[in-house]
Amino acid sequence: MSEETQVKKKRKIVLDERLLAYKGVWVFIEHERGQVHPVSWELLGEGRKLADMLGVELAGVVLAAPGEEAKRFCEEAYQYGADLCYLMQSEVLADYRNDPFTQGLTELVNAYQPEILLLGATTQGRDLAGSVATTLQTGLTADCTGLTIDPDNRSLLSTRPTFGGSLLCTIVTLNYRPQMATVRPRVMAMPEKVPGRVGRIVEHPLAMAEDDIVTKVLEFIADDSRDKPQLPFADIIVAGGRGLGKPENFQLVRDLAEALGAEVGASRPVVQAGWVELDRQVGQSGKTVRPKLYIAAGISGAIQHRVGMEGADCIIAINNDPNAPIFDFAHYGIVGDAMTILPALTEAFRQKLATLKQAG
Amino acid sequence: MHSVVCIKQVPDSAQIRVHPVTNTIMRQGVPAIINPYDLFALEEALRLKDRFGGKVTVITMGPPQAEVALRKALSFGADDAILVTDKSFAGADTLATSYALAATIRQIAKESPVDMVFTGKQTIDGDTAQVGPGIAKRMDLQLLTYVSRIVSVDQDKREIVVERRAEGGVQVLKTSLPCLITMLEGSNQMRFGTMPDMFRAARYEMKFWDKTAAGIEDVTKIGLKGSPTVVNKVFTPSPRSEKAEMIAVEGGSPADVAVALLAKMAARFPLVEKELAKRA
Repeated sequence: MSEETQVKKKRKIVLDERLLAYKGVWVFIEHERGQVHPVSWELLGEGRKLADMLGVELAGVVLAAPGEEAKRFCEEAYQYGADLCYLMQSEVLADYRNDPFTQGLTELVNAYQPEILLLGATTQGRDLAGSVATTLQTGLTADCTGLTIDPDNRSLLSTRPTFGGSLLCTIVTLNYRPQMATVRPRVMAMPEKVPGRVGRIVEHPLAMAEDDIVTKVLEFIADDSRDKPQLPFADIIVAGGRGLGKPENFQLVRDLAEALGAEVGASRPVVQAGWVELDRQVGQSGKTVRPKLYIAAGISGAIQHRVGMEGADCIIAINNDPNAPIFDFAHYGIVGDAMTILPALTEAFRQKLATLKQAG
Repeated sequence: MHSVVCIKQVPDSAQIRVHPVTNTIMRQGVPAIINPYDLFALEEALRLKDRFGGKVTVITMGPPQAEVALRKALSFGADDAILVTDKSFAGADTLATSYALAATIRQIAKESPVDMVFTGKQTIDGDTAQVGPGIAKRMDLQLLTYVSRIVSVDQDKREIVVERRAEGGVQVLKTSLPCLITMLEGSNQMRFGTMPDMFRAARYEMKFWDKTAAGIEDVTKIGLKGSPTVVNKVFTPSPRSEKAEMIAVEGGSPADVAVALLAKMAARFPLVEKELAKRA
């Protein structure tokens, strides 16, 4: 998706003899309360591409309490593209806790030596990735929006926004392995599940007992998800930005969203200004979304916003500045005053839905 | 209760602009602020001091001008401030940064044992959330990330119970001191500094620690040398292969434009059409 405009002299990466043994791409399979986080499957889809470029195997890594559930996670991982799974089962891994998971994943890396290790940039993945990278003394790149392989030297090229989301940068790991990266949910596309695809399990024990672990989980209070916006998985999103002028005007965005049965999104400036709640922020420091339709009103399209929504199938942008960067990557653009265009769109969509209803 | 709060001075990202021609960051005139996420960490440490006594030491690693951020933290009520600054720190990634900060906190603990280390959940310029976990691992502290609430602290038993934001819910965790907490945003509200604290902050004799003062022994672990990752290139994203199709109707009203848009979209995006049909 990117074209470089500034290039530093390419750095030569020479690996120590002992690091040449590191082979294969791993994805940490994150789960909570019996559910695998979808970001893990998205990463297997991306990991598959990297593994094929490198000509190596793709592995899922499952740390869990002993039982059928853990095996089920592995079987699902094969269907999403893993060739094998490293499975570590222990009672101390029943709930996510930093210490046993850090030790477990670190032991696996040291034993089986992958060249790339990917984790979801979730609260669990970031907690674990930062700890494992420090323990292993290796490089970690957070919140990547693009991953590929440098054909010259097999290194992982991780692209991420920088300077608060005003520019993109590509980061490489020098003479250290594995190369670690986290990716936020919904940034990568969900791969097709291939039913019946199988793989093999490599089991490895965890040398840790409950008495060795200081931190205890007293309770898990599940979120009441009914009253929370579900932006990342919404199919239609109507979002507003600073170009709307004042908080009262944001109601026009809500009206269109209501007509469409869509979720309401917002850019960072208006969330920071307190017009809209934090849960609705789309972008690098908010949610990443992949709807079928994304309507952006009064949003200029800074990189920090763009990386959170450019995975949408169809983007409509309304902005009074014909040079707004959002017109560089939207599918449709309307130059004009969102105050008059939003109500017109609301009405047009209402009529459209009524026509579709009649057509059955 | 002695808390060390790690803060970072960052450019106010809302005001960063990219030069339209050269695609470089225009830093001039962009105000520097305390990383907003760090204020939740500082406030939580100040609350512990309110309840249990003790003190709050605030530290930052950065250039000499980061002194401003530390004085600001002092004006909110922090007791001590240390600016860890050395040319050899330049180019540090998160691994090298956590090494230098962990060394600094160990030096601080030699004078006055540290019970808690606080950081923000991440910075607004780097957005990595890696330095907090890094410090905890290097110091062998219990790590509690994304803490939304400190439920209780038992000073005699040296135990703490917190609520931690997890995926799909909140984990209630109990652990032992010393520990490192990264505080979630919105978990508290920073107090206003008092007049006496503001005067004290202005007069405070700032402590500047170079790498020796910070107790750093292994110089291969700091700065560019101690950083496994490097930035290969910085760039702006390219437009899609085709720019947006602009919808305009000559002499038409907004309603005409809206109808024209929907007609075009129906022809080109059957996927969206199907989604709309579901909602009809």
